[in-house]
Amino acid sequence: MTPSEQLPILLVITPLLFTLAVSIAGWFNRKICYPITIITLSASLYISVALLLQVVKNGEIHYHLGGWQPPFGIEYVVDHLNALVLVVISFVALVSAVYSKESVKQELPDKIPQFYTLYLMLVTGLLGMTVTGDAFNLYVLIEISAITTYALIAIGKDRALISSFNYVIMGTMGACFYLLGVGHLYIMTGSLNMMDLYKILPPLYSSHAIFVSFILILVGLWAKMAFFPLHEWLPNAYTYAPSAASCLIAPLMTKVSIYVMIRIMFSIFSPAFVFEAFTAHNIIIWMAAAAIAGGSILALAQTDFKKILTYMIVAEVGYMVGGVWLANRLGITGAVLHILNDALMTLCLFLAAGIIVYKTKGHKLENLRGLYRKMPVTMGAFTVGALSMIGVPPTAGFFSKWYLISGAIDAGHWGFMAALIFSSLVNAVLFFRMIEVGYFEPFRDNQEEHDHNTALSPKIDEAPLSMLAPLVIVSISLIVVGIYTGDIVDSIIRFTVPAGI
Amino acid sequence: MNTIVSIKPLFAILVSLLAVIPIVFSRSSPNLREFWTFAAGIIKFSIVASMIPTILDGSLIEYTLAEVLPGIAIKFRVDSLGLLFALVASGLWIVTSAYSVGYMRGLKEHSQTRYFSFFALALSATIGVAFSANLLTLYLFYEMLSLATYPLVTHHQDTEARSSGRKYLTYILGTSIAFVLPAMLITYNLSGTLEFSNQGFFTAEAAPKTTIAALLVIFVFGFAKAGIMPFHSWLPAAMVAPTPVSALLHAVAVVKVGVFSIFRVVTGVFGVDLLQSLDLGTVLAYVASFTIIMASLIALSQDSLKRRLAFSTIGQLSYIVLGAALLSPKSMTGGMMHIGMHAFGKITLFFCAGAIFVATGKKNISEMVGIGRRMPITMFAFFIGSLSVIGLPPTGGFLSKWYLVLGTIEADQLPMLFVLLGSSLLNAAYFFPIFYKAFFCTTEESLFENRMNEAPAWCIAPLVLTSAVSILLFFYPQPFLGLAGLAVQNITGG
Repeated sequence: MTPSEQLPILLVITPLLFTLAVSIAGWFNRKICYPITIITLSASLYISVALLLQVVKNGEIHYHLGGWQPPFGIEYVVDHLNALVLVVISFVALVSAVYSKESVKQELPDKIPQFYTLYLMLVTGLLGMTVTGDAFNLYVLIEISAITTYALIAIGKDRALISSFNYVIMGTMGACFYLLGVGHLYIMTGSLNMMDLYKILPPLYSSHAIFVSFILILVGLWAKMAFFPLHEWLPNAYTYAPSAASCLIAPLMTKVSIYVMIRIMFSIFSPAFVFEAFTAHNIIIWMAAAAIAGGSILALAQTDFKKILTYMIVAEVGYMVGGVWLANRLGITGAVLHILNDALMTLCLFLAAGIIVYKTKGHKLENLRGLYRKMPVTMGAFTVGALSMIGVPPTAGFFSKWYLISGAIDAGHWGFMAALIFSSLVNAVLFFRMIEVGYFEPFRDNQEEHDHNTALSPKIDEAPLSMLAPLVIVSISLIVVGIYTGDIVDSIIRFTVPAGI
Repeated sequence: MNTIVSIKPLFAILVSLLAVIPIVFSRSSPNLREFWTFAAGIIKFSIVASMIPTILDGSLIEYTLAEVLPGIAIKFRVDSLGLLFALVASGLWIVTSAYSVGYMRGLKEHSQTRYFSFFALALSATIGVAFSANLLTLYLFYEMLSLATYPLVTHHQDTEARSSGRKYLTYILGTSIAFVLPAMLITYNLSGTLEFSNQGFFTAEAAPKTTIAALLVIFVFGFAKAGIMPFHSWLPAAMVAPTPVSALLHAVAVVKVGVFSIFRVVTGVFGVDLLQSLDLGTVLAYVASFTIIMASLIALSQDSLKRRLAFSTIGQLSYIVLGAALLSPKSMTGGMMHIGMHAFGKITLFFCAGAIFVATGKKNISEMVGIGRRMPITMFAFFIGSLSVIGLPPTGGFLSKWYLVLGTIEADQLPMLFVLLGSSLLNAAYFFPIFYKAFFCTTEESLFENRMNEAPAWCIAPLVLTSAVSILLFFYPQPFLGLAGLAVQNITGG
């Protein structure tokens, strides 16, 4: 076999091995942890882009671990859907890693090797979750990424420990539900390979055990992705995590869980089961609408800008869950496109938030005062992210919202459409609340005198380039991805909609 | 009708967008910075003007940037209506820039680099709206304009600016997200396209009458930049902006983008025939008439000069909407011409208001008794601007109003004729006292010394120019009349 045929396993094994390398290297010289991480993640990005190109060119890739034939061995499958998600994961991981250098130095000066070890381990878990074609292997990888996430959040300051503990409880319950569901499937079919299950299941679609297993898996994943009302753990966990960790976790964790949900729905089960035999899809769309409205309203009540962003994630989860369950081409396209777009815009906003925390040592709304003058580049990029979140063209956020609303109209689901519009309006209110503070209220520093002149025009004081460059690249990518939406949908996302829809 | 593919419209949009870069980098040298604004303005105007012969020949210019959604591209098309609007906006940008220099430096305003950057950005968006070939592209630039003008409206960064800015966005961004976006999606869902066409792409078979009526109403109110009541109160609030912003953006660019969008929706989306057959134009005409009369009545009671001008603008914008709503060739010609004619008249008035503020610091009409003695040139220009807005010869405003009046007769809508005439009387009632008191008062009444002391030349020259053009347009209405006539010809298929 040529190396290019080994890419699926290299993708996961590279960061796994280097996790070990980083933790050993940390004993000798903690300065080399950062470069090792960057090199590893560059390799991951290279591999996932290569995989995406292969898939676009030749179609699905099936890889059998150790040469064991499925359904006995573990199989990795790369198709259009997860090839895209893999690129998103490795891009976000690399960008946040580049950015993390200064932030980790400031926030976790004595835990640098530990941070990068966990960081690479989490990326391994996320990539594995995405690439695997085996339902039990998926469970293992879900837990790998979950446990590393708990640790990454817990090394933060203030209330990080208790927030992480809350997350542990919810996350573990979610994992149990998932495992129970998979157990049911295994008892009924004797198989754990997704393709195999897909073939075996149809005659069992009327079975109660299969019904229950599907519900268990679904609820388990919902707890993992913070689908309203199972979202309680998310805002605190993401707010009090170290900035660099939240830049990795916030954009990816929920999105990968959504991907897993789509994978289970269409690769283990099928549209025929999910949308016809399982008659709850209308209820789930209403739940999604409630998630959007609930997340938005809760966000309105916050005075901490990082927490506002986390509640927006709760609302965005509703976008994607609802989009998939609309059960039409437009809705699913919108949901998959939103995995990409939402990852990018959440990354953009959290990078900006991290820079603001780095510079002002806090994440309350007051910390934004006067920042448009003091940090124009950061705030400019933040504004682009905000516009994408509101859904202003030509930023990426507009186009996935377009597909989602079209899907809602097509399905005749006016409630979901109203929720999407409502959330755009609330996002506009939320972001302009932050923008107003940054733009109208003069900058105040504790050391400085309250001199009117320095307050009105403080010196420009931006973060170091290693933090600023990733932010600017991501904010530009929001516009580029928006303009090339047509091509992305046409060459990749079109193929992710299951046949028969 | 032949179509020419050319990148010119894209260049016309990008010129001022790219100008932002040198403007920001030359922030330490104000003269160089303003040079870039003028350079961009002149290049932009030349590109726009260079398309006049092609369009008057009956051709269209098209350019497609990228297909972003199935069947919808970011696409530009220059037709006669779009060109007319682009011509007015880009031409007046140059004049306003000169005025901005006088005004901003005269008042030693802060953050002038930001001011000129966002001004350039706003002009890009305006031309983008003018040249949009479909509803999505129009929406894109419409939103861009809302956001680019926000820092201009809130330039002073004080409490008043903050609350006005909030109002501005609530009305403009709120309506476009809550009304226009869903209406656009539903339209796309029903008809499968968003591409403007001369006779409209909506067919009576596509949807029941009530749906069409509802969509029309949502679109008309959704484009809140047009200031149709009850979505008008952002405009008086936006008067906290520096006067050049009020002059170009809130008498020409932003508000005209609103009515332009309504014109496009009425003619390019629904089409005159469809609206006529469903009798929906009349509904719109009554909505517009209400705004015309109410706005004029409110204007009477305003003492702040800029607020009075703002309410006058709200009324005048609905003239243009009325022109579209009457659906007759003459009324539409009048409506389109009014985009240009009103622009020159109203911008003159705003320039005068700003010049008075720079020279004397006065904002209220009651404090301007006898100001004609001190600022005769300004007040004479004010007189001409008022004539144009009222619609009296020898100014351009007379012609557009003349066509509108003929249109009411052609459409057989006599009530609208009385609305127009009544509004003219009201316009006269709120403008004449201003310059009457300015010139004709006793020495005791006068609040100013009998000595000429005008605002800086950078402020005076532009207002003299625009008032002169207002008169000139009465005698040579050709570019506007020709373009409007051609646009109407295409719409009615004659």
